[in-house]
Amino acid sequence: MSITVKPVNQKAWWLILPVFLCVAFSAILPLMTVVNYSVQDIISPERRVFVGTEWFAAVMRDQDLHEALWRQMVFSFSVLVLEIPLGVLLALSMPSKGWKSSAVLVIVALSLLIPWNVVGTIWQIFGRADIGLLGMALTELGFDYSYTGNALHAWLTVLVMDVWHWTPLVALLGYAGLRSIPDAYYQAASIDGASKFAVFRYIQLPKMRGVLMIAVLLRFMDSFMIYTEPFVLTGGGPGNATTFLSQYLTQKAVGQFDLGPAAAFSLIYFLIILLLCFILYNWMQRVGTADKSEAAHA
Amino acid sequence: MLLSLQGISKKVGAANWLYEMSLDPVPGSVTVLLGATQAGKTSLMRIMAGLDAPSLGKVSVDSIDVTGMPVRTRNVAMVYQQFINYPSMTVADNIASPLKLRREPNISDRVQELATKLHIEMFLDRYPAELSGGQQQRVALARALAKAAPLILLDEPLVNLDYKLREELREELSQLFAAGDATVVYATTEPSEALLLGGYTAVMDAGELLQYGPTAEVFHFPKSLRVARAFSDPPMNLLSASLQADGVVLKSGAMLNIGALPTSTPDLTLGVRSNALRLRPEPGDLSLTGQVELAEISGSDTFVHLSTSVGELVAQLTGVHFFDLGASLTLHLNPAQVYAFDAKGDLLLAPKQVGAR
Amino acid sequence: MARIDLDIAHAYGANPQRDEDYALLPLKMSFADGGAYALLGPSGCGKTTMLNIMSGLLRPSSGTVKFDGVDLTHASPQARNIAQVFQFPVIYDTMTVAENLAFPLRNRRVPQAQIKQRVGVIAEMLELSAQLDQRAANLSADAKQKISLGRGLVRSDVSAVLFDEPLTVIDPHLKWQLRRKLKQIHHELKLTLIYVTHDQVEALTFAEQVVVMTRGRAVQIGSAEALFERPQHSFVGHFIGSPGMNFLPAAVSGNALTLAGQDLTLNADLKLPNGDLKLGIRPEYLHLVDPGTAGALAAQVTQVQDIGTYVLVTALIGSHLLKARLTPEQPRPRAGEQVWLQVLGAQTCFYKNEELLA
Repeated sequence: MSITVKPVNQKAWWLILPVFLCVAFSAILPLMTVVNYSVQDIISPERRVFVGTEWFAAVMRDQDLHEALWRQMVFSFSVLVLEIPLGVLLALSMPSKGWKSSAVLVIVALSLLIPWNVVGTIWQIFGRADIGLLGMALTELGFDYSYTGNALHAWLTVLVMDVWHWTPLVALLGYAGLRSIPDAYYQAASIDGASKFAVFRYIQLPKMRGVLMIAVLLRFMDSFMIYTEPFVLTGGGPGNATTFLSQYLTQKAVGQFDLGPAAAFSLIYFLIILLLCFILYNWMQRVGTADKSEAAHA
Repeated sequence: MLLSLQGISKKVGAANWLYEMSLDPVPGSVTVLLGATQAGKTSLMRIMAGLDAPSLGKVSVDSIDVTGMPVRTRNVAMVYQQFINYPSMTVADNIASPLKLRREPNISDRVQELATKLHIEMFLDRYPAELSGGQQQRVALARALAKAAPLILLDEPLVNLDYKLREELREELSQLFAAGDATVVYATTEPSEALLLGGYTAVMDAGELLQYGPTAEVFHFPKSLRVARAFSDPPMNLLSASLQADGVVLKSGAMLNIGALPTSTPDLTLGVRSNALRLRPEPGDLSLTGQVELAEISGSDTFVHLSTSVGELVAQLTGVHFFDLGASLTLHLNPAQVYAFDAKGDLLLAPKQVGAR
Repeated sequence: MARIDLDIAHAYGANPQRDEDYALLPLKMSFADGGAYALLGPSGCGKTTMLNIMSGLLRPSSGTVKFDGVDLTHASPQARNIAQVFQFPVIYDTMTVAENLAFPLRNRRVPQAQIKQRVGVIAEMLELSAQLDQRAANLSADAKQKISLGRGLVRSDVSAVLFDEPLTVIDPHLKWQLRRKLKQIHHELKLTLIYVTHDQVEALTFAEQVVVMTRGRAVQIGSAEALFERPQHSFVGHFIGSPGMNFLPAAVSGNALTLAGQDLTLNADLKLPNGDLKLGIRPEYLHLVDPGTAGALAAQVTQVQDIGTYVLVTALIGSHLLKARLTPEQPRPRAGEQVWLQVLGAQTCFYKNEELLA
């Protein structure tokens, strides 16, 4: 027989009711609607036919979808490869104490504060060959730079924009991780004659493992769902060179009013992200418990 | 208040944090929970406070069953190792907080009185972060006393302080507890702290309550080997021996006459406290010769580590003595000062206390 | 192995005027080659500051630090070739025990065979041989501290090993073993060892010479015996010993000593100046004697505590509480009784302005 400590009263549950209703209205009901649509063919607002899993099968076979998914994976992967090391380098070079550290923190975080469509707009203008600084500079240097005409240029511009926008997040997380390392480690390394690289490899990087995992998880999830910035910058073009997964979904649902397949695809999209989340989270937990068991023994 | 724990045990998942135990701390006096880290002291204190509920068993206060009641409804004050104070409130506000909650009159008078008692009256307008460790702990203590709860729990409150500061605060605490009539439960890992606080001691080891009684009694008459081990600093010397027809025989063959022992099995463990070994022989002493492995001088005493034919011994000699490492040394032991434990570890014989009344 | 000479002061700000501006008041000290020293004092006394100045982690605001006569005040810790063990174990998590121990040697490009041999010797000395291939991160706190220590010892030319309260996170019953290990290492390797602590037992058992510090000053340097028997400063009398020295205010005129309203005759050899001073006597030397004995005062017993290996008697003389230590065999007085305590004896010390007179 186990005794639990009874709470004094249960009235607190009533306080959650308004929140619960809001969440139900804004999230659960729409989700249920999507599930509903995904199993129906909506020929017109009045005529709906139940088609079961047909849309799911169709979505899985859709060649355009496969290409969009592939582009998305390449994009997310490139984002990680670029942003994580850059962010770490940035964190390492940020001052740790004094007024300078506060100033640098603010400057570094600035790009995170800009609304996402404004980011897209900034880069759209920035990259224009006639009035944009970047466009003009590249044209002066002899490059035939055009993010609207050349698929590779469009890709690179979108990547650079994302790196510019989001590397500070990795840097801030890395900075927080670095600050938690006690001075004694650096002192001991100095006494042991360790080089700067050895300090990085054996002290800083291992101690930053936890925050870096968070950074990887966040950047992967966010980049996998990216919509606003590439849409404002390139509109998905040229052609569909920079049409990533969420934009493809929107085109399907809003553009072609194919609610059925769009709903099915939404669910699949949701499940893909959920699966990847789960995998990365479990990986993080294993790393986290390894650290915790060290701490417990210490 | 009469706090009573009956048949308490705590299991978390598959691990037994506390094995079944019953404890009735003597009301109005200090009960020390003594044990190594992970012995279960903090778990037991949390059950006493109401922060956790036991998996089995009953907790009652003044004969009222409070087992499931959360800590907010119980009247307990708790002081932690880590100098816990409200960081955004001044010292005066910190001490006043329990008084304000009870809507007591004359709050500032009470605060002044408590601050003076704990020698922090000059810091009343400062914030805890501006004070030293010892001062912060005094603020936490003042706040606990302000609550005037009938049960005060202290979880190793002095362990993060300087050695000398610990001595001073411990004495002040003893006086404060003696002046009040609250039941105090104090957890510590140091046997000397238990002895200095006096009162009653509950010895714990690996989640079990081994013995509870007046501190001096538990020290001089440990019920089992485990209690003797947990409650001695430096550690008690343990020698294996066997009971034979004409006496107790040690590993080296030496014979000790310590009288009849009420046991049937021949295997014994003899316990010798480090201060029972002497340099100068007296008639009737057993002599133990060995090689000095280490001599440690600590001001008033010298600790000698000796390697002998009966095993490794640690002796505590008063005064400063210098020994060369590896030198031969003979120590003498009065057989009447020997503890005897049977094969299971239970106490068979303990030396009589001379001088005590 | 090196001799370290300090002639330093360390102030917080640029223009130190008063004593409070200094973290370390100007001092001159030498640590002999191969000696074991302890810096003992309460928190904030400057002992860690002194240690860090010696190791090179901190530059003194003025003065010099010399190793074997060479001025290394501005040299880095590496250049001074010292090793330091910190309060909590500092190990490289990603490496095994053997790799941890080998790290300082690898950084110096010592040949692999030599590294292996040296690591083996040190691991043997520290009883870590069985764990050489285990990941250092998973070991207990005392094993980790041993690794930290081992990294310092593995360099055969290390000049000094500095310890900053290294036993803080160790369980009490393991502290014994580690202290013993440190003493053995000192005996075998004959290194210069400097140990910072606030625990007098650790300091006195470890060191040959103890530097007692308070508020940035080194008040006495001496052996455990000297500090115990003849504290040069009342702080040393108070800080060393458990409990510390008893102090009573007294006044001298001629060869009469007035204490708590009673007069005592001073020994003729004792040449004390007339006026106020403080009398200090340790609880271990405050004996209970028969009424009327020379040099003894009447006192009222307030408390008798059985501390297991000794008995602590607290008594009141006038308005001053004194403590006396008795062995468990001696007859114990009862609370409320009147006893006579011999305050004047061979071990009594007299202080004026906190400094020892006689």
